Amino acid sequence: MERPKITIDGNEAAAYVAYHNSEVIAIYPITPSSGMGELSDAWAASGMKNIWGTIPSVSELQSEGGAVGAVHGALQSGSLTTTFTASQGLLLMIPNMFKIAGELTPTVFHVSARSIAASALSIFGDHSDVMATRQTGFALLAASSIQEIMDMAAIAHRATLDSRVPFIHFFDGFRSSHEVSKIEQLTPEDLKAMIDYDKIIELRKSALTPDNPFIRGTAQNPDVYFQGRETVNKFYDACPGKVQQSMDKLAEITGRQYHLFDYFGAPDAKRIIIMMGSGAEAALETVEYLTERMEEKIGLIKVRLFRPFSMESLINAIPESVEKIAVLDRTKEPGALGEPLYLDVVTAITEKFLEGGSKFKTLPRIVGGRYGLSSKEFTPAMVKAIYDNLKLDAPKNHFTVGINDDVTFTSLNYDPAFQIEDDSVFRGMFFGLGADGTVGANKNSIKIIGEETENYAQGYFVYDSKKSGSTTISHLRFGKKPIHSTYLIQSAKFIGCHQFNLLEKFDVLEKITKGGTFLLNSPYSKDEVWDKLPKKVQQQIIEKDLKFYVIDGYTVAHDTGMGARVNTIMQTCFFAISGILPKEEAIEQIKKAIKKTYGSKGEEIVKQNFRAVDQTLENLHQIKIPVSATSAIEIPPIVSPNAPEYVREVLGKLMEGKGDDVPVSGMPIDGTFPSGTTQWEKRNIALEVPVWDESICIQCGKCALVCPHASIRIKAYDKKYLENAPATFKYMKAKGKEFSEDMVYTIQVAVEDCTGCGLCFEVCPVKNKQEVRLKALNMAPQLPLRETERANFDFFLNLPEYDRKEVNVTTVKGSQFLQPLFEFSGACTGCGETPYVKLVSQLFGDRMIVANATGCSSIYGGNLPTTPWTINRDGRGPAWSNSLFEDNAEFGLGMRLSIDKQNDFAKELLAVLAPKVGESLADAVLKAEQKTETGIHDQRERVAELKKKLEQIKTEESKQLLAVADYLVKKSVWIMGGDGWAYDIGYGGLDHVIASGKNVNILVLDTEVYSNTGGQMSKSTGMGAVAKFAAAGKPMGKKDLGMMAMNYGNVYVAKIAMGANDVQTIKAILEAEAYEGPSLIIAYSHCIAHGINMQKGLDSQKLAVESAYWPLYRYNPENVKEGKNPLKLDSKPASIKLEDYIYKETRYKMLTKSHPENAKKLLALAQEEVLAKWKYYEQLAALDYSKDTKDNEEKVN
Amino acid sequence: MDLTTNYLGLKLKNPVVPSASPLSQNVDSVKALEDAGASAVVVYSLFEEQINHESGEIDHYLSYGSESYAEATSYFPEPDEFKLGPVEYLDHIAKLKKSVNIPIIGSLNGVSAGGWVNYAKNIEQAGADALELNIYYIAANGNLPSSEIENMYVETIKAVKSKVKIPVAVKLSPFFTSMTNMAKKLDGAGADGLVLFNRFYQPDFDLNKLEVVPNLVLSTNWELRLPLRWIAILYGNIKASMAATSGVHSHLDVIKVMMAGGDVAMVCSELLKHGISRVSDMVSGLQIWMEENEYESITQMKGSMSQRRVAEPAAFERANYMKALQSYKLFI
Repeated sequence: MERPKITIDGNEAAAYVAYHNSEVIAIYPITPSSGMGELSDAWAASGMKNIWGTIPSVSELQSEGGAVGAVHGALQSGSLTTTFTASQGLLLMIPNMFKIAGELTPTVFHVSARSIAASALSIFGDHSDVMATRQTGFALLAASSIQEIMDMAAIAHRATLDSRVPFIHFFDGFRSSHEVSKIEQLTPEDLKAMIDYDKIIELRKSALTPDNPFIRGTAQNPDVYFQGRETVNKFYDACPGKVQQSMDKLAEITGRQYHLFDYFGAPDAKRIIIMMGSGAEAALETVEYLTERMEEKIGLIKVRLFRPFSMESLINAIPESVEKIAVLDRTKEPGALGEPLYLDVVTAITEKFLEGGSKFKTLPRIVGGRYGLSSKEFTPAMVKAIYDNLKLDAPKNHFTVGINDDVTFTSLNYDPAFQIEDDSVFRGMFFGLGADGTVGANKNSIKIIGEETENYAQGYFVYDSKKSGSTTISHLRFGKKPIHSTYLIQSAKFIGCHQFNLLEKFDVLEKITKGGTFLLNSPYSKDEVWDKLPKKVQQQIIEKDLKFYVIDGYTVAHDTGMGARVNTIMQTCFFAISGILPKEEAIEQIKKAIKKTYGSKGEEIVKQNFRAVDQTLENLHQIKIPVSATSAIEIPPIVSPNAPEYVREVLGKLMEGKGDDVPVSGMPIDGTFPSGTTQWEKRNIALEVPVWDESICIQCGKCALVCPHASIRIKAYDKKYLENAPATFKYMKAKGKEFSEDMVYTIQVAVEDCTGCGLCFEVCPVKNKQEVRLKALNMAPQLPLRETERANFDFFLNLPEYDRKEVNVTTVKGSQFLQPLFEFSGACTGCGETPYVKLVSQLFGDRMIVANATGCSSIYGGNLPTTPWTINRDGRGPAWSNSLFEDNAEFGLGMRLSIDKQNDFAKELLAVLAPKVGESLADAVLKAEQKTETGIHDQRERVAELKKKLEQIKTEESKQLLAVADYLVKKSVWIMGGDGWAYDIGYGGLDHVIASGKNVNILVLDTEVYSNTGGQMSKSTGMGAVAKFAAAGKPMGKKDLGMMAMNYGNVYVAKIAMGANDVQTIKAILEAEAYEGPSLIIAYSHCIAHGINMQKGLDSQKLAVESAYWPLYRYNPENVKEGKNPLKLDSKPASIKLEDYIYKETRYKMLTKSHPENAKKLLALAQEEVLAKWKYYEQLAALDYSKDTKDNEEKVN
Repeated sequence: MDLTTNYLGLKLKNPVVPSASPLSQNVDSVKALEDAGASAVVVYSLFEEQINHESGEIDHYLSYGSESYAEATSYFPEPDEFKLGPVEYLDHIAKLKKSVNIPIIGSLNGVSAGGWVNYAKNIEQAGADALELNIYYIAANGNLPSSEIENMYVETIKAVKSKVKIPVAVKLSPFFTSMTNMAKKLDGAGADGLVLFNRFYQPDFDLNKLEVVPNLVLSTNWELRLPLRWIAILYGNIKASMAATSGVHSHLDVIKVMMAGGDVAMVCSELLKHGISRVSDMVSGLQIWMEENEYESITQMKGSMSQRRVAEPAAFERANYMKALQSYKLFI
């Protein structure tokens, strides 16, 4: 039977099988598994049926802990149920997995295996998560390629029903979950043929039902619990056999035969590797190469079923001739004798050997090693190094490979020059920007080549860690044979550079082969381009004898209405040059792909792309290569030579894309990194930047307030400091009675850090009277300004900071004189969250400590290489940490408890030491008022004096007090995160923390979706909004978190939207911080996931408030003491209809296009809800809180 | 009494036709218009911008920021199908056709000949009985001579006529140097009707924000005079049907339009201001007036006060202006 050949990624392969085999699917987003849930939700929304003809019920839960609870319930109630997860998510499922397995409940969890956060979070792939579930009783089945994912998923779904043992089917996060590859698709009929329906009937029969009542899940005592645990043994004993039967069944259907342990290599091998996951593909490729070409006696065991571990099957799979074995684990267990697979293999082989009857004459030498943590590359060179290690008489044990461990010397040396890429395989690398559509076009190319030709195809995509101006590198392989190269391209026959300026940022041609082809998108003509290339690039082109093509894709894109998206144009060039398909056919296929990709979005976008294809070829030119490099253009250093050594030597390597070269000694032992490092990463990503027109500026400060990247700075200073100002440095007289005659004022733009979002231009309230399109800040091309403004910004930074004691922080103008201690983050261009974060850092940064929930804010706040959290001239600044996604409120509370304890202890010690340090100083310190900047400043002075005195007192107490004396100065604890954390996964903790009464400040950056993982629905999502996991529109309204918090009565609560009322925003933040108890601030944060023009993000905020969807308020429990109503509404009743707000945003509007009837219904309900809620708020705000009347007092008494 | 009229070859039960407006956006209000006595309905316009840009816009916002960052390779689920403006419009026409018995006139609004005119065919296929082509062009380009603009109108109508079999009316702006000549050209190009005139919404200035703002002002009764004049002048000079639009607020206005030579009087502002029931007021008012004034049919009055049939044809030309001035002087 001819089955469809499709090119899909690993997540889709797994989700396809899971969906077809399930009735209930419980999901929760976590990278890199989110795609599986997203597809399931989208399929269900479009009415796709499972193999029994019904649409699975797909539900999002509040956490993975919630998802697995729902899975457990659905299974107990007799439905075929699945879920998808990874990493921390899988860890949250563990408690319930014991239950599910303990009750012998068939299910399959599909896991895109990912690192676990230790000293740092990583979204990338290894087996740390699945290895943490070994003890749960789940079977663990590994897939190492995209085809295997589809096959193993089907095997798992059958085997779980046959064996009653629940399964984790896992594959490597990113390398497999996100690799696009051509595979043979199992048809729904195939999947149906895999399943014995009688087994499903058995599941139904064992389900909880009042028609056949029983209880399950009892509590047991010492008398029987143990025996109960032993009842399952026979099922685990039988499980491997059932899995093999499932594998055999699949072979019967498809011809692809798998075994629990598959051996590849020389039948008489002496040295073998045992491993599982995607790395085994690279090992397989290497084994084939070394056995065929070098006749090495080596082999490879691919482990399929890791749990239950079948000793017999493993030993049967290993050739008798084997003398040495390297067992590779993609995980790390500090303190263990070895990693899990190693230990199991050692136990299996040794146990069998000691029992007698082993096939081995002598016990093979077994060593273990770690590789590939967090998707670290695992290449043939590394595989060879492992086999070479086994050649040694005493092979290194407990080794690592792929890194340079210069501390404990575990690493094996390998020769990166050892490359085995098959010459018959086409290998292309494409450098682009996220915004130019390069990856999308490459995915289309893979589909074309994979599905329209005989070729096998593989695509893997490497993304930036920044969310703005991010670069992408696509790795594409095509060939006549299946592709096993599960590593990045090491030598490329074709390199496309889709953005000219990337030539200065990357060594684009480093990996091109001699005689390869280089395609460049150039804003310069074919005659000019050569002279515009950096010298190094010219040299590489000449030395490597490259064929060099250029196209001015920018102009073609502009002329055909494609804007910045050069994707289709560059794709057309690629096909035209590479000759993978005849030109005519290629064009036809590209157009077919365009129709498929864009067809649902209307004819015009299709036509626009067609026009781009048609105009491309006439603009594509091959350049004749001169004999010598003549360019004077040098590639600038990535990091300024003025940067601190650690930034230059270590972080700089990461910035250059050479982080793999950092040795173990270059890394901190406990995850600690210096603050203030984004300032050294001048990214120059803005095409246009704001230029200040001081002649009309009114010094309101709004531009600096809203700047998401702290690229607009304001200072007021004495004009005497202007003496050495650069010629183009701008200033004006400082306006306002607080300034003396000599004070001047400057707004300075950090043009190299600006992302060009334009929010400052939008918010500027001033218009030029002669030309109303101009404001006090106007956008202008960055390049001509770069040099002068760099000098101006440097000069500006050296001007004195405005005295914090003198600033009126309650005003926008005043607050913006404060130095931002959060700057130049990697957040999206025009981000709606970071202005709030930055404002908090300005107001309290020099004494704040931040607990940051995992999400966008933890990524732009703490994703290497650099951090935007910075320090002031006194060396103070925010101390920041990210614990987990789910525990952030508790994490912050812990900080508060710790700070308070140390403050208490310091006070106790000071009381004891008062006679020695001086009673008056001690008294002043202990009774200090620290409610104002002056109060804080004075206390710091006192503490400094105290510390000096303590240094002179050599007692135990003084030593102890010295260590905690700084805690005598007030500290501000901030708990920050998004709505996914606050409304969903972290809500239980948040609720507990606000109920604790402790003095913490919680800032919820509410984007109404899980932004960081790609826009999944949260309980904050508005009714009728389309989000992932809510493809048919969210049917329920937004959870009113503020109202829930207000119910406690002791929580300060504010709802703010900077774009609607900036003064209220500042007031709320100041009041929240001043409140000596828990505070909750819910901040409207416009987001790229809303589908809006980010430059108009502040307008969205305004409309949300004007429609009363987002009422602004402050609820201050302090007011009650004064007999006042604690709730103050800061916005007005709706002045516009809800639709006038929501239909400006794609997240809502798209529902009117995809599910028009549902959109209508939900709009009506949502409008009703908004008005009702406003009415409720109004009534609450009008309640009488005056002190009890005499009558009431009498009643009380 | 015979209130019927013939417009674009369609026999209508009376000359009161609601013009393109939000009232045609849902089936229920179109049914209400029919119940109130409207003889046909011009459906709200499908705009060239909608056809050309909506598809690009939805693609832009759905893909914006995608494939840039490993954790979020996209931000939205992508449905298999979108009902974009044009598709929605065609569905709506089809739905209206199923729901009411009166003729449904589709409306295309654009500024130039281009791909969008292909939608005329789609509108016909959706079941529209006729099509109104609203060529909304502001001659702001100083390099474009008037002859080219006129030619653009002619070519557009020709292009549309070549694609459809249903009758096509053109809604015109009053800003032609030689209106009669232009009307004749369009007549010659195959236009089945002229709709006079398009009321361009004139932008206003917001002095607080120093912004140019769109400003929707509903028509007033006096605005009828412009179409009235031109219908009276054109009557008998062209084959095409004529509709008056702008300033029709009462049955008396309908009568004036008929007497000038119009075939239908299109009404919009009055309905937006005072409700759909005004249609029945107009129809009954028309009937009563005709009874009181002993008119037997609309045909009888049609064109009775056109330029050709009045005692003083010059009244529609410059003399009328002079007369107005003279009467104005009486008051000062």
